Amino acid sequence: MIDNLQNLGAQTRASFNKLGRGTFFLLQTLSGTLSVLLRPRLLVNQLYSVGVLSFLIITISGLFVGMVLGLQGYYTLSRFGAEETLGVMVAASLVRELGPVVSALLFAGRAGSALTAEIGLMKATEQLSGMEMMAVDPMKRIIAPRFWAGCISMPLLAALFSAVGIIGGQLVGSGLLGVDEGAYWSQMQAKLDFQDDIVNGILKSIVFGFITSWIALFEGYDAIPTSEGVSRATTRTVVNSAFSILGLDFILTALMFGDH
Amino acid sequence: MDNSAPPLNSLVSVRHLSFSRGDKKIFDDISLDFERGKITAIMGPSGTGKTTLLKLIGGQLHPGQGSVTVDGQNVHLLRRAELYNLRKRIGMLFQSGALLTDMNVYDNVAFPLREHTHLSESMIRTLVLMKLQAVGLRGARKLMPNELSGGMARRIALARAIALDPMMILYDEPFTGQDPISMGALAHLIKSLNNTLGLTSIIVSHDVHETLLIADYIYVISEGKIVGHGTTAAIRQSASPWIQQFMTGAADGPVPFHYPAKDYIDDLLSSGKRY
Ligand SMILES: Nc1ncnc2c1ncn2[C@@H]1O[C@H](COP(=O)(O)OP(=O)(O)OP(=O)(O)O)[C@@H](O)[C@H]1O
Ligand SMILES: [Mg+2]
Repeated sequence: MIDNLQNLGAQTRASFNKLGRGTFFLLQTLSGTLSVLLRPRLLVNQLYSVGVLSFLIITISGLFVGMVLGLQGYYTLSRFGAEETLGVMVAASLVRELGPVVSALLFAGRAGSALTAEIGLMKATEQLSGMEMMAVDPMKRIIAPRFWAGCISMPLLAALFSAVGIIGGQLVGSGLLGVDEGAYWSQMQAKLDFQDDIVNGILKSIVFGFITSWIALFEGYDAIPTSEGVSRATTRTVVNSAFSILGLDFILTALMFGDH
Repeated sequence: MDNSAPPLNSLVSVRHLSFSRGDKKIFDDISLDFERGKITAIMGPSGTGKTTLLKLIGGQLHPGQGSVTVDGQNVHLLRRAELYNLRKRIGMLFQSGALLTDMNVYDNVAFPLREHTHLSESMIRTLVLMKLQAVGLRGARKLMPNELSGGMARRIALARAIALDPMMILYDEPFTGQDPISMGALAHLIKSLNNTLGLTSIIVSHDVHETLLIADYIYVISEGKIVGHGTTAAIRQSASPWIQQFMTGAADGPVPFHYPAKDYIDDLLSSGKRY
């Protein structure tokens, strides 16, 4: 009993400790922002490896999710004779929820895990300490560009996901199931609200990009510098990002759409 | 040993330094001096904390007690920017090389130049090729770090450490993994860098022969204490059993080969427990 309590206490302390280190890490990262602006080359390189290399998985997943939405939506809506509104349903689900959330989950698995492994291995092979000894601050040179690349890529990837998904829904809806193409697009244009749907969706993906990049980089930086430590950190990145994304999604949705 | 008054001409002085890792005391009140323009070697058995000492000097670790002064500045009281300015004048050769794995050899050596100077690419090229030539690996400039042997990686790391022409170089095991020819060439290089550029060098090494050949002054550390120090000639002559054992490589003597542990026979016989 006492043992359990002690354990619980130790674990709680460890979590708070980690939260503290994580916050300090974030502040240090943010303080490296200026040097990212001064050296855009570093940012561009990272935008490529974090963002551009995630294009394929985002596009393909977006297409399939959109196609499934087209199918499911059609079967439900046609029962009420409302298949004309398929476009609205597909677009709203994607732009509000599935676009930001699913692309963030994919991003955590594709780019987040890669970032953690990269930073963790750089730590394990003393590259970070070597840089410090060469008077190059790894927070500025390595961490900050990757962080901002993640923050910038995420909303763009989410937008790509939604756009491709809407096309997928249209392919299935009008191509396969015979929903009027004009209705698909015009209903969507008429019913989607810029502020409510699009801006809120973008806000969500910005938050997810921030949180995922932070978790991925911090887990790598905080990893125990061994192969096992890095592998555990990579797992933690994916798991913790997924929890944070889904939890925050609920909170953000409640805040954004709560007063309707 | 008299540690009270630092010699006038020391670039680095370590005073009453204590450092622990968890419960394990790695250094217990040690004081050392590293004279300007000289090569000072630190020798001692594996695991005594030689690498740790270099990291303390470079300000990467903080001592429990005592101080480290480099060129008149107390390393552990410096603000970040000042510490980084100091580090620009210190080259460090890591035991593992610590090359950046996403760049080839050329870019690795060019890295500190690109980070800290505004030289043109053609100037950088000249400097990089000069440094690579010095370590005998100019032909390897296009290789990636994973294509290098351990010994080669360390020589590239040395080329990188001297890229900014520092005032002091810390070498962590420069000779490990080198064949006799490159070992000789490296020893010669370290000596000539030191003499022609007026550098101060601190070498951590087990290679008694090569080290005695080039070092001016030697400290022998064991179990958190300095067990002997003196000029190379004095060390060669020394009657101290610690030093003699280390120089001759005898297994029996005051320097333990074993990490501290309980009695071997007792340990073997105490079955039941896992550790
Ligand atoms: N990160 C760490 N955490 C805990 N203990 C450590 C850590 N790094 C080193 N140690 C301990 O500190 C002691 C000194 O390590 P150090 O690497 O300085 O030895 P060394 O003298 O350089 O040995 P070698 O000649 O084998 O390189 C060792 O006993 C080691 O167990
Ligand atoms: Mg060592």
